[in-house]
Amino acid sequence: MPSVLFYLFSAIMLGFGILVVALRNPVSSALSLAASFLGLAALFVSLGAFFIGVIQVLVYAGAVMVLFLFIIMLLDIQAEQRRKLNLPAVIGGSLLVLVFALQLATVLGDFPAGHRILNAAPLSPTAALEARRAAGTVHASIDQDLAAGKLPDVKLIGETLFSQYNFHLQIIGVLLLVATVGVIVISRREDKTAAPAEPSSPAPTPP
Amino acid sequence: MDWFFIISSGVKIAVITFGIILPLVALSSLAERKVSAFIQDRIGPNRVGIPMTLLGGKKDIAFFGLVQPLADGLKFILKEDFTPKHVRKFYFWLAPALVLVPALLTVGVIPFGSTLKLLGHHVPLVIADLNIGPLFVFAISSLGVYGIVLAGWASNSKYPFLGGVRSSSQMISYEIALGLSVIPVLMIFQELNLGAIVRFQDKNGWLLLPLWGDGLSLQRWLLLVPLAISFVVFTVSIFAETNRMPFDLPECETELVAGYHTEYSSMKFALFFLGEYAAMIVGSGLIVTLFLGGWSIPFGDKIGLGFEAAQNTWWVGLLHLGCFLTKVVAFIFFFMWVRWTLPRFRFDQLMRLGWVFFFEIALFNVFLTALILMLVK
Amino acid sequence: MSYVVERPKLTLAERMYFPSILKGLSITFGHLFRFVTGKGKVTMSYPEEKWDDSLPEHYRGAPTLVTDEHGRERCVACQLCEFICPPRAITILPEPIPAGEAFAKVEKRPKAFEIDMIRCIYCGMCEEVCPEQAIFLRKDYAITGTSRAEMVHDKTRLYQLGGVREGLVNKWNPLK
Repeated sequence: MPSVLFYLFSAIMLGFGILVVALRNPVSSALSLAASFLGLAALFVSLGAFFIGVIQVLVYAGAVMVLFLFIIMLLDIQAEQRRKLNLPAVIGGSLLVLVFALQLATVLGDFPAGHRILNAAPLSPTAALEARRAAGTVHASIDQDLAAGKLPDVKLIGETLFSQYNFHLQIIGVLLLVATVGVIVISRREDKTAAPAEPSSPAPTPP
Repeated sequence: MDWFFIISSGVKIAVITFGIILPLVALSSLAERKVSAFIQDRIGPNRVGIPMTLLGGKKDIAFFGLVQPLADGLKFILKEDFTPKHVRKFYFWLAPALVLVPALLTVGVIPFGSTLKLLGHHVPLVIADLNIGPLFVFAISSLGVYGIVLAGWASNSKYPFLGGVRSSSQMISYEIALGLSVIPVLMIFQELNLGAIVRFQDKNGWLLLPLWGDGLSLQRWLLLVPLAISFVVFTVSIFAETNRMPFDLPECETELVAGYHTEYSSMKFALFFLGEYAAMIVGSGLIVTLFLGGWSIPFGDKIGLGFEAAQNTWWVGLLHLGCFLTKVVAFIFFFMWVRWTLPRFRFDQLMRLGWVFFFEIALFNVFLTALILMLVK
Repeated sequence: MSYVVERPKLTLAERMYFPSILKGLSITFGHLFRFVTGKGKVTMSYPEEKWDDSLPEHYRGAPTLVTDEHGRERCVACQLCEFICPPRAITILPEPIPAGEAFAKVEKRPKAFEIDMIRCIYCGMCEEVCPEQAIFLRKDYAITGTSRAEMVHDKTRLYQLGGVREGLVNKWNPLK
C-alpha cells in the first residue's frame, strides 16, 4: 500500500515538474509548481516527516508560490512564444542533466541508508530514547513521546535547531534581517525623490 | 493498521463532513440572516417551511423558516450555471473546488470530542490525530487562497481581478500574524497535537479560564496577559483569513461588485459560499481548541466528566462532542455579531493593521511569554 | 467658497479601536437582546400585517375615477389631466353624450379612460388640475399585474377602484 502511494506521489511530483517547464502559460507553470510541491510534501509525510511536509506546503505552496502567482498576475505576463530549438543549448543541457544524474546515482550508491528499505528497518523510538539517555540529553516532553513509541519530529527538530545549530540559526536570522532592511532602503529611496513633501494645509473639501 | 481503524476513519470522515460540517454550514447561512435581522430589528426569513398545501394539507408548516437552507440549496442547483465567454475556462471551473476542498480538509485535525466508547473500542473523535495540528490547518488553509486568486484571474474582468489580488495580499499578510500569535500558546503546551492540547486544558484549566488543576498557579494567571493579546491577534487574523466582515475586502460589494466571485453563478458560486462558511467553522473550531478548551467541560476533570470518564462511559464522549459544538456555535455567532456591527476597513488600514501592529505585537508577545515562563515557575 | 474641514483629533482610546468596537458590539447586542426577549420594535410582516389603517389622509395612492351621488361619472373628458400628466400615463378618448340621455347637458364624457400604472408616478397633478373633481388619488398602493396590459387601468377598473364621492371636496384641504 505505501509503495503504491509512493509511486503515485512521485508521479505527481515529477509530472507536474515537467509541466512547469513544458507549459507556455506562466500561471499554469506556477500552479504546476505548487502541485509539484504538494506531491513532494506528501512524500515527506509518507516518510514520517510530518513537520517538513507541512512546512513545505505552508511556505512553498502556501506563501512563495502565491506571491509568484500574484506577481505574474499583476504584471500580466502573457504566454511565452514558442522559440526555435537551439541545438547546442539542447545538447549542453542534456549533457549537464546526464552528469548530474550520474553524480546523484553514485552518491546514493555510497549512502548506506539508501540500501535499506524503510519497512524492513522501522524507526525505533525506544532505542532512540536509550541513545539520548546515554548521551545525557534530557527533555521531558520528547522523552515522554519517545517512551510512548511516537516520533516527536517537531520537538526533535526544534531541539536540534536551538541547541546544536543555534549559532547558525542566529546568523541566518541576521542575514534575512539585513536583506529585509536592504529591500526597504532600496524601495524607499525612489519614493523620496519622486513624491513631494506633504502639503502643509489640508486640501479644501467641497461643502 | 487494523480494519476497525480504517472503517471507523471512513465513518468519521463521512459523519463529520456530511453530518456536522455541511449541516452546520447550511444552518449558519440561515443563522447569519436571522442574526442580521435581529440586530437590525427585523424578523428575517420565516416563510420557508414544509409545503403541506402542495401535498393536500390545510396549512403550511413554517418551522420559523428552518427549512430555508434546503430551499437555498435547491435554488443554487436549479439556477442556470452560466460560464461567460471571456473567461479562462479551465481555471474558472477549477477555482471553486480549490476554495472548498482546503476548507474541508482542515476539518481533519480538529478534535470534535474526546473518545467515544463503541463496541469495546475507543474511537478518538478526530479524523487524523496528527502531531502537527495547528501547522496542518495553517498550511492547508493557506492553499485556499489559490482558489480565490484563480477565480479572480480566470474571470478575466477587472473587479474579480482586484478582488483576487486583494485576497492574496491580505491572506499572506495575516498568515504571519496568525502564525506568530499562536507561538505563545504552543510554548505553554509544549505540544503540537491538538488532541493533547485539549487533554492538557481538560486537566489544567482552559488557557483563558485557568480555574482548576494546575491552572491555579501564579504562572498561568500571569500568562493570561500574553494569552489575551494572543487571543485577540489570532481571532482578528482568523477574521482576515476567512475574509469575514470587517476584512471582507476581496468581495467588498460597494467597491468591487462582488469581488472574486462576480462572474460566478449557480452551484459554482455556492461552492465559494460553502467554502467561506466552512473556513469560518474550522477557524472557530481552532480558536475554541487552542484557547477555550476544545471539547472539555468546565471543571469536567473535577466533577468526573473529564477525559478519563469518557474512556469508560459512552455518553460522556457524546457530552464532550456537544460541548465542543456549543462552543463553536457560540463563536460562529460572535463572527456574525461582529459582521453586522462593524463597517469595512479600508485596504491600507487593513495592511497597516497586519504589518505594523499585529506583526510587532505578536512578536513582542512571544518574548513576553518566554520571559514569564522562564522567571515564574 | 470653500470649507476647510478640520480633522478631529482622536484620543488614544479612539485610536485603539477597541473601546469603540466594544461600544458598537454592545449596541447591536442590545437590539438583538430586545428582539429575542420580545421587547423591541420589529418591522411588520407585510402581507399579514398591513399599514392601511395608519395611512395618512393625504396619502397619494393609485389615481382613480369617481362618480357622484347621482351615479353620474364626474369626468367630462376635458383632457386637462392628460395634458398635465408628467409621465403621460393618462390617455382619454372623449365622446359626446347623445341627446336624450339623463345627463345630456354635460355634453361630453370619456369613451375610454386609461391610466398606465407602469408610467404613473403618483404625483397627484391630475387630481390638482381636475376642474370637475372627478379624479382622486386613493390609498391603493399594491398595484400588481403579470403583464403590461394588466397594468393599464381602463375605465371600468378606475371606477371600480374610485367608487362614489359625494358633494364638493375642498381643494384647499391643507393636507392635500
